[in-house]
Amino acid sequence: MMFVLLVFLPGLAALIVGLFGRVLGDRPSQLITSIAVTLSAIFAVIGFFQITGSDEVVRIQILQWISSGGLDFSWAILVDPLTAVMFVVVTVVAALVHWYSIGYMSHDPHKPRFMAYLSLFTFAMLMLVSADNFVQLFFGWEGVGLASYLLIGFWFKKPAANAAAIKAFVVNRIGDFGFALGIMAIFLVFKSVDYATVFEKAPEVAGTSIGFLWMELDTLTIITFLLFVGAMGKSAQIFLHTWLPDAMEGPTPVSALIHAATMVTAGVFLVVRASPLFELAPITLGIVTVVGAITALFAGTVALAQNDIKRVIAYSTCSQLGYMFFAAGLSAYSVAIFHLFTHAFFKALLFLGAGSVIHAMSDEQDMRKMGGLFILMPLTGTMMWIGSISLAGVGISGVFGFSGFYSKDLILEVAWASHATGANFAYWVGLTVALLTALYSGRLLFMTFHGKARADQSVMAHAHEAPLSMNIPNMVLTVGAIFAGIFAVHAFTETEGFWGNAIFMLDSSVHVLEEAHHLPFGIKMLPVFAGLIGLLLAWYFYIKRPELPPRIAEANKPVYQFLLNKWYFDEIYEALLVRPAKFLGYTLWRVGDGRIIDGFGPDGFAAMVMGLARRSAGLQSGYLYHYAFAMMIGVAVLVSWFLFFG
Amino acid sequence: MSDWPLLSLVIFVPLVGALFILMIRGDDAIVARNAKFVALWTTLGNFVLSIPLWVGFDNQTADFQFVEQYNWLSENITYHVGIDGISMLFIILSTFLLPICILASWNSIQTRVKEYMVAFLIMEATMVGVFSALDFVLFYIFFEGGLIPMFLIIGVWGGANRIYATFKFFLYTLAGSVLMLLAIMAMFFEAGTTDIPTLIAHGFDPSLQKWLWLAFLASFAVKVPMWPVHTWLPDAHVEAPTAGSVILAAVLLKMGAYGFLRFSIPMLPDATVFFTPLIFTLSVIAVIYASLVALMQEDIKKLVAYSSVAHMGFVTIGIFTFNQQGIEGGIFQMLSHGLISGALFLCVGVVYDRLHTREIARYGGIVHRMPRYATFFLVFTLANVGLPGTTGFVGEFLVLVGVFQVNTWVAVLATTGIILSAGYALWLYRRVIFGVLEKADLKSLKDLEAREVVILAPLLAAVIFFGVYPQPLLDVMHVSVENLISQHQVALEGARSLFLAGR
Repeated sequence: MMFVLLVFLPGLAALIVGLFGRVLGDRPSQLITSIAVTLSAIFAVIGFFQITGSDEVVRIQILQWISSGGLDFSWAILVDPLTAVMFVVVTVVAALVHWYSIGYMSHDPHKPRFMAYLSLFTFAMLMLVSADNFVQLFFGWEGVGLASYLLIGFWFKKPAANAAAIKAFVVNRIGDFGFALGIMAIFLVFKSVDYATVFEKAPEVAGTSIGFLWMELDTLTIITFLLFVGAMGKSAQIFLHTWLPDAMEGPTPVSALIHAATMVTAGVFLVVRASPLFELAPITLGIVTVVGAITALFAGTVALAQNDIKRVIAYSTCSQLGYMFFAAGLSAYSVAIFHLFTHAFFKALLFLGAGSVIHAMSDEQDMRKMGGLFILMPLTGTMMWIGSISLAGVGISGVFGFSGFYSKDLILEVAWASHATGANFAYWVGLTVALLTALYSGRLLFMTFHGKARADQSVMAHAHEAPLSMNIPNMVLTVGAIFAGIFAVHAFTETEGFWGNAIFMLDSSVHVLEEAHHLPFGIKMLPVFAGLIGLLLAWYFYIKRPELPPRIAEANKPVYQFLLNKWYFDEIYEALLVRPAKFLGYTLWRVGDGRIIDGFGPDGFAAMVMGLARRSAGLQSGYLYHYAFAMMIGVAVLVSWFLFFG
Repeated sequence: MSDWPLLSLVIFVPLVGALFILMIRGDDAIVARNAKFVALWTTLGNFVLSIPLWVGFDNQTADFQFVEQYNWLSENITYHVGIDGISMLFIILSTFLLPICILASWNSIQTRVKEYMVAFLIMEATMVGVFSALDFVLFYIFFEGGLIPMFLIIGVWGGANRIYATFKFFLYTLAGSVLMLLAIMAMFFEAGTTDIPTLIAHGFDPSLQKWLWLAFLASFAVKVPMWPVHTWLPDAHVEAPTAGSVILAAVLLKMGAYGFLRFSIPMLPDATVFFTPLIFTLSVIAVIYASLVALMQEDIKKLVAYSSVAHMGFVTIGIFTFNQQGIEGGIFQMLSHGLISGALFLCVGVVYDRLHTREIARYGGIVHRMPRYATFFLVFTLANVGLPGTTGFVGEFLVLVGVFQVNTWVAVLATTGIILSAGYALWLYRRVIFGVLEKADLKSLKDLEAREVVILAPLLAAVIFFGVYPQPLLDVMHVSVENLISQHQVALEGARSLFLAGR
């Protein structure tokens, strides 16, 4: 019952506020949604301690959904350790973001609508993580996509926001295309879409092959690959990442909740959830590793050149998601979830902190027009520092570290210890990105909070520390950013049985994870050194010698442009996909439908009838000799016919 | 109650209503008023009357129910009606939508109101007749008879270019129906009857089947409409009055696909298998082609019309998979599309009534003036996109699951439709609803009035309820669809063993 309430309270709140928000008024709407989600968060914490570490799995069937032939699945709530962890991440961040939004959106005329969307999102995300079959997962998947669409386009007067909202939905749909095909393949092979049945039968299916298009492929490889395409879309992995930076058009609390802490991690969740399938499909795991690593690198480099404070954090999210994926690709599923967990805290903190800055700077997002804010906003500045250090992964192995230190180090250690496809590549890329992460984080901090103030006098005069309603949620997140790692590292990645049966790992994978824990101190500290070097570099470039970066950019103009324009992905897609689709659509309409089908079909037919009619009308000239002549010819033809054939 | 000729009542009550309306005399305004009310009460009454068909329906049998049979033209051409799990829901859909259509025309039709209402009532009778006829001649009469009121509705109460649209509609359907009539005659000469259950059991010669099948295709493909005989639909929709578009999209288009289910597949199993690749090809083209074309439309109604073509492509794919998920998905998709496209056309009608233009560029930012409308339109748009939790998802998903088991090419290509549909539908929504409210005449728009809410709310409720809990609909179909599939298989095996014995 508790879990049913946990999932449905936010949905109910969204419904009430969505339908009657205007009648209820602003404050009641904000309270209803925030309290509902907070209650969910409390339940989630209780549930966390009840479920994790035991084999107990709660499954509550709510309603049969679709039953047709052998296809049969229900609306249900499944709570196992994996779900319990996700419950905590989702509801805690969601609750904090709800409270934060009350302050952040205080000048917005559409508060009830905003709160309803936030709660709707929370509900969909909870449905996603608590599904007991792939189709309900898909429901949550599309539901969070919808909420994301609505929230990115929340300021519907802004054309850029509208464009970004559609882009997010459509690019996600490209991923969903793969996901949907994956579900179809699962049903074809397993005759079921329920996790329990599918995962149980997976070992039997391993090694068999099915025909897909013109190919004959390993069954589990193709299924997991298709699922992974879906994950790439939702988690903004390279090729399908283009929507995430644009999604920053939405209000900042949305970016924190959806585009950093929860929704974008759904892809990672999917891979981990389906670990019994992925684990038996080494080729796909290799792909996951390589895609994750490339994304981490790509996004890390792009983040270096962005000037919009939110975009830097967005690319950083993209990059960190890459880390999670390559951890999952190396079969270290628990580590991937661990990083997801810690990342949720420090990245939500960074976004909300950035939100406070933007709020203070009269909606300015360009870091080139900031600087020197630390004196004006010491609390926010400190919290952003903590979040960034956590993100950069600072800590001393065996003593203490910020949250990001534990999870990121562990990922790199797994990559070092693993012999799976792409592990070596992932390790070196991961190490490089650790440096990049610290560098762009430091750049963000120094450009925003330190150095010379570059904003107008009038803006600076208004800049102020955020109100308590915004700072309290940030403080909670700060606590998470500091302590979540040390609190969870042991339970998440070392304790046997913590995950119950939620995560499946082959013995060899378990072995690698154990090995990763026992690496020499030097190897463990290498990423930290990389991070410190990155921070130092940032300090050198942006505080000590601030004239250097423009000069470097000038000297390496092509490289700088390449990074500034995000590797030109948008331009390439525009030229390769969007414009051809429009051109094709226009051509098929005008030429295909218009000239060919109608031209030869009804219009052509009508024209022909008209032509014949006109010609036969011409025959009736009214001149007697015309008719006589025609009769003569007729007689002649008839007579000849009889002479020859009669 | 059970010995009442319930089905015939549902067919003929609208005609009685039409007669009443014809008898109304007097002042124009009074005639119009009375005609509207008589039509509304008749259609509402008929909807209530049709509910026992569903309540009393036995889900456990594939036999025809509520059967009535009387001698008519001869002993072999009878008045024979009855319903099974495939047809019943379409009758409910028709009777459910009719009162909504009447209400939707309440203010927008100002001329010849009496005749308009009569046309709609006659159409209702023929629609119910099509889905309940168990005699081929009877079916043909209803099938073709329903076109006449539709021609009139488009041709008399339509937009500026209505004559062109009517003639195009007429040419296409005429070409198809002539061939179907020939096929019916051929069947009659071959089997000696036009009774549908008898014909299903007859077992036609495989070589004859192919010709008959093609003749049916000509008629049904136009109705669906399948690519490339779809071009009448955008024009017809654009010119038709709102309620006409609703009926056209929601019910008339379903007759083609229903024809495949009722005739082509059970009567001509060999030819059906032979031509399935053709259907798949045309359907996949329809999905992709129509979606791409929809992307570029500048007229709201045309966009929705092309999206209909794409969605009906899913239907024909599903029907020809010959497995439970595919066929049930196809039928479900038809019902769902009936609700959703009907609702979308009603939504277009709402703004058309206010501004008298369908050009997308003339709109923008109307959420500022019409928030309630924006909400309704959003839900229907998302249902059209196939968002899980709406009926649109259930149909598409079942079809795709069904076809994936048969042919992965078709599945992959058809699934691209879910990407494209998101593109054109959301883009339309954005251009009409979102943005800054700039145009002067949009600034005085009024939000939905009570009548319009009453029209849209039941559709919204149905789309969401059956999206979350589709079982009441699927349960009705299960046994009939199972029976259709097993019959189909038996017929195929029978033909094969005969063929082997002949050697």
